[in-house]
Amino acid sequence: MEEIRDVVLEYVIEEYLEDEDEEINYETPLISGGIVDSFSMVSLKRFLEAQYKISIPDEKASPEAFDTVNSITALVREFIG
Amino acid sequence: MSFNEKIRAMYVEQIEGIKDAGIFKQERFIHSAQAADIEVEFPAGSSLKKAINMCANNYLGLSSHPEVVKAAHEGLDTRGYGMSSVRFICGTQDIHQELERKVTEFLGTEDTILFPSCMDANAGVFEAILTDEDIMISDRLVHASIIDGIRLCSAMHDTFKHSNMIHLEKKLQLHADKRLKVVITDGVFSMDGDTAKLDEMVALCEKYDAMLFVDDSHATGFIGKTGRGTHEKCGVFGKIDIITTTFGKALGGASGGCVSGRKELVEMCRQKARPYLFSNTIAPVVVSGVLKVLDILFESTERRDKLEKNTAYWRKGLTEAGFVLKDGDTPIVPVMLFNAKLSQNISNDLYDEGIYAIGFFFPVVAKGQARIRTQISAGHEIHHLDKALSAFTKVGKKYDILGKTKQEIIEMYGL
Ligand SMILES: Cc1ncc(COP(=O)(O)O)c(C=O)c1O
Repeated sequence: MEEIRDVVLEYVIEEYLEDEDEEINYETPLISGGIVDSFSMVSLKRFLEAQYKISIPDEKASPEAFDTVNSITALVREFIG
Repeated sequence: MSFNEKIRAMYVEQIEGIKDAGIFKQERFIHSAQAADIEVEFPAGSSLKKAINMCANNYLGLSSHPEVVKAAHEGLDTRGYGMSSVRFICGTQDIHQELERKVTEFLGTEDTILFPSCMDANAGVFEAILTDEDIMISDRLVHASIIDGIRLCSAMHDTFKHSNMIHLEKKLQLHADKRLKVVITDGVFSMDGDTAKLDEMVALCEKYDAMLFVDDSHATGFIGKTGRGTHEKCGVFGKIDIITTTFGKALGGASGGCVSGRKELVEMCRQKARPYLFSNTIAPVVVSGVLKVLDILFESTERRDKLEKNTAYWRKGLTEAGFVLKDGDTPIVPVMLFNAKLSQNISNDLYDEGIYAIGFFFPVVAKGQARIRTQISAGHEIHHLDKALSAFTKVGKKYDILGKTKQEIIEMYGL
């Protein structure tokens, strides 16, 4: 399960950080911290769905659930079953 | 009467917050027609000051061109002042249709529909042509009006990093299962003055069966050999599915905009785009003016050629003086200062020297990216540019930023 965490972290860094100097970790607030706008959550959700062959219902994909790499990982786990 | 003192106090507090954040915007009153030489009242109540305008979107210098003004007068005399109607009720005159035909020819598209503004065109177009089965993939630096249009549309939305074609391709792959895909970009980006890689974007769109949308507001009339826009410059004339543009900048600068492109998409806008259906038609006087502007541009490339020369002269002058510029070759020439306060101070000092150029900072541009965005016009003569260059140099010396790198300026003034 470590692996999911790292895949998500790497994706977030690749996708959203424009400045190489910025650093984030598993607990950095992404949406409330202004790193990921709620607009861009879509691509994260789609990426997770494609990567793990799961389907996350929209009502589960709340800004809170997507706010940290750890919370995203927990959400993914729930659907991998 | 429910605007009570409590409500008022709430707004006062918000406005104070804007002031405290240093992002309170103030108008400057111009007492002359729009041109290279203007007369300005600033701050409000002070006596008039002559200044050289270095920040208008008057790229072709047509805003107060005598032939355009004359054509507008004729339009006023023959077609009246207003239409008091939206287009589809009783707001379409022969000249509206004529303008749509001419814009179509100028942009090399299949059909065109006028909107009250390009803001309205961008706000209305996506909702009119897409549904929740579709995806919009936009560059992260597109204009605010496009973001609004995207928000109003039920299609899914995703972004790609600014002008990053590898990232765009990944997104096209990620969303391959969507019914319709639209890739969305500005032709020339208004804050940085850089040009979208439309040739590569067309190739990607063809590869992944996506439509391409380009807002060419800062290009129509002067970018490309004959001024048709970014698609001409990038060698993809005729290959853009949807172009939106404005008449409020190079094309006379009054107002109005359009969606131009595949005829079925334009037809969908005529049937469904809300700003077209529910906002008044463009005034006849404006339509007449834009028609004349297009005639002038069909006839000769003289004005865009002059603009190109002026731009090269200005970029070279600022570079030699030692300023940090954003790379590019468009008439949008941002002088990078990075620090918001510094950009405001320099703008004020330039104004004292008779140069009108505005500082831009967060939230209009990213934090730490403050700048003075200069915009060159075919209405500028070399003497205007020389005067502006010596003012920039004088002020640059005062703040000791000439010949300094980005890093050095940031060390001196902070972000
Ligand atoms: C890229 C872009 N699109 C659209 C607009 C809006 O144009 P209009 O003034 O016609 O609403 C602007 C103007 O600021 C712009 O820069």
